Amino acid sequence: MNIPQNLKYEKTDEWAAVDAGKVTIGITDYAQSQLSDIVFLEYLVATGDDIKKGDVIATIESVKAAAEVSSPVSGKVTAVNDDLIQTPEKINTDPYGEAWLVKVEDVDVGDLSSLMDAASYENYCQERGH
Amino acid sequence: MTEPTIYEMSVAGRVGMKYPQPDVPLSPLPDDMLRRDLPLPELSELEVVRHFTNLSSKNYSIDGGFYPLGSCTMKYNPKVNEETARIPGFTGTHPLQPIETVQGNLILMYELQNWLAEISGFSAVTLQPAAGAHGEYVGVMIIRAYHRDRGDLKRTKILIPDSAHGTNPATSAMSGYNVVPVPSDARGNVDLEALRTLCTDEIAGLMLTNPNTVGLFDENVLEVINIVHQAGGLVYGDGANFNAVLGIVRPGDLGFDVMHFNLHKTFSTPHGGGGPGSGPVGVVEHLVEFLPGPLVDVIKEGDADDYPLFGFVEPPKSIGRVKSFYGQFGMHVRAYTYISMHGAAGLRAVSEHAVLNANYLLSRVRGKYKLPYDRICMHEFVVEGSWDDAPDIRALDVSKRLMDYNFHPPTNYFPLIVHEALMIEPTETESKQTLDQFADALLKIAEEAHTQPDLLKSAPHNTPIGRLDEVKAAKELVLCCWIPEDIE
Repeated sequence: MNIPQNLKYEKTDEWAAVDAGKVTIGITDYAQSQLSDIVFLEYLVATGDDIKKGDVIATIESVKAAAEVSSPVSGKVTAVNDDLIQTPEKINTDPYGEAWLVKVEDVDVGDLSSLMDAASYENYCQERGH
Repeated sequence: MTEPTIYEMSVAGRVGMKYPQPDVPLSPLPDDMLRRDLPLPELSELEVVRHFTNLSSKNYSIDGGFYPLGSCTMKYNPKVNEETARIPGFTGTHPLQPIETVQGNLILMYELQNWLAEISGFSAVTLQPAAGAHGEYVGVMIIRAYHRDRGDLKRTKILIPDSAHGTNPATSAMSGYNVVPVPSDARGNVDLEALRTLCTDEIAGLMLTNPNTVGLFDENVLEVINIVHQAGGLVYGDGANFNAVLGIVRPGDLGFDVMHFNLHKTFSTPHGGGGPGSGPVGVVEHLVEFLPGPLVDVIKEGDADDYPLFGFVEPPKSIGRVKSFYGQFGMHVRAYTYISMHGAAGLRAVSEHAVLNANYLLSRVRGKYKLPYDRICMHEFVVEGSWDDAPDIRALDVSKRLMDYNFHPPTNYFPLIVHEALMIEPTETESKQTLDQFADALLKIAEEAHTQPDLLKSAPHNTPIGRLDEVKAAKELVLCCWIPEDIE
C-alpha cells in the first residue's frame, strides 16, 4: 500500500498535502482499494465555499459502495478538480497525483496538528486488518 | 446459450395475428398524429411464446433454487397464499365500494392490524405503507409529528448505528433530519459510550436494526433504548430482520416506539416482480394518534341480531394519508393466510428454524471463512470473502463462482463495516440437504480460491453470460437495445 511520507492523514482516509498555508485534499490509496473500481464522483462544494473540518466535500461511488469524502481541514475552497468528474477512475490509478479532489486556503492550522503522519496512518490501516 | 433480443429475431413482414376485413367504413388516423419512428418487432405468435418462455427459464427464483440473499429473507412463498389472494370475493372488489359491501375485506384488514400488533407488542398498526422503505419513512414522519406536537422543535438529528440497514440513513435524510452515525463495539453491538456522548436534546431518535445487519442480536438493546429515551428521543425499529424473533421477543415490550414490518420478508408475500411489497407500521400507545389514516375499526358494535359494522377511522393527529386507498390489499391477504396457517406456535417455530439453519450453515463454514464477529448468530451471518493467503480473491469472485454451483449469491459488500462482506441468510424453509449442498459449495470455493484462483476470477462459467464488466455497466448506461436512425 502506498502511503507517501510527506502527507498528513485523516481517520476517514483522506490525505492532505500542506504547502505554505495551502492544502490539497484527496483520498488515500487504502480508501481507493477498499472501494474498488470507482465509477462516479460528485462534488458537494464549489470554488469560493467556506468549509469546516468534517464537512462532506464529495461523494464517490464504486461498483461496491458509495462513500462520502469529508474535509480534513477548515478553510476556503480555491479549486475543485473538475476533470475527475469525467474520469473518476483516475482515483484508482493515481490517488495522490492527478486525482486530487480540492484545494483549500486560509486553513485553520489547528486542524493540521490533529492529522496523522504517514507512520501513524500505516499503523491505523494495519489495525483495521487490511 | 444466449437468447437473442426480440428485435434481433424480427423478420420484416412476419405477422402473429391476422385481422378480418373491417365491416365498418375506415376512419384513418390524422397523418400528423401517426408515429413512424417506432418499428415493432415482427414475429409469429409461437416465436413470441418461445422467446419469453426461454427468457423466463433463465430467471433464478426461490421456486428454482436456494436464494441465501442476506437481509432479504428470501423464504418460500407458499402457493396457498396465491389461492386465497385470488378468491373472487377479494379480486372482484373495488376500494370505492360502499363499506357495507366489502365487510370481508375490512375484517381481514382489521384482524391483520391486530395480529401484527400482537406479534410485535405494539398498540396499533397501519397497513398503508407500500413497502419497507416507505414504512420507515412513515415511521420517521410519526416521530417528527410527535416532537412537533410537543412543541419540541430543536431535535434535528437521528442516530443510526453503522450496522443498520442502508435505508435507515436514507429515510432520515429524506425526512429532513441530519444523520449521525453510531459506531459498533468489538462484539458487534452498539457502542454504548459513543451512544451516550451522542444522545443530546437535539436527537429526535435512533433507528435500530435488531438483529443487526451482521446477524447479531444487540446484547445491550434495553440499555440502548433506555439511553435514547433518557435523552427524550424515540427508538425506531427496523423490522426487516423480524424473521429472527417471531414469538420469542416483542419489540414493543423491549421499548421500541415504532417499527415497520416487511410482509414480503417475514410473512411470505412475494418479493419484487411477484407482487408489490407491503410495509405496515406499528406504534406504541402514545404514537397511535399520529398514525396515517384511515385505519380499519369497528364503527358500529354488533348485537344479538347484527354483526358489527367495520369501517374506517381517522387518528386525531394523523400525519395524513400515505398511500392511495388502503395499501397493497393483495399482500394483506397473503400475509393473513400465512399467519393463519402458522398460528402462534408455528410463527415461533419459523424463527427458531431460521436461527437454527443460519447457525448450522455458520458452523459448517467456520474455520474456512473469516468471521468478523464469531458469536451465535440470529437468522443470518456475515463472513469475509477474502483470505490473506489468497490475495487476489475478493467477495465478488466467491459470489460469481457460487453461480457455477447453481446457487444464488449471498448479499455482497454489505454491511460496509465488514471487509469483503458476504451476508448469508438461509431462512427456515430450507432443508438440511440444501444447506449441506450450499456449505459444500462454499467450502469447495474456499479451496479453489487457494488452488485455482483463476477459476474464481473468471467465474461464472456455467451461466448464459459470463463475468460482466460492472465498471462499463455503471459508466456507459445503454438502456435501449436499438436506437432508431431518424431520431434526433
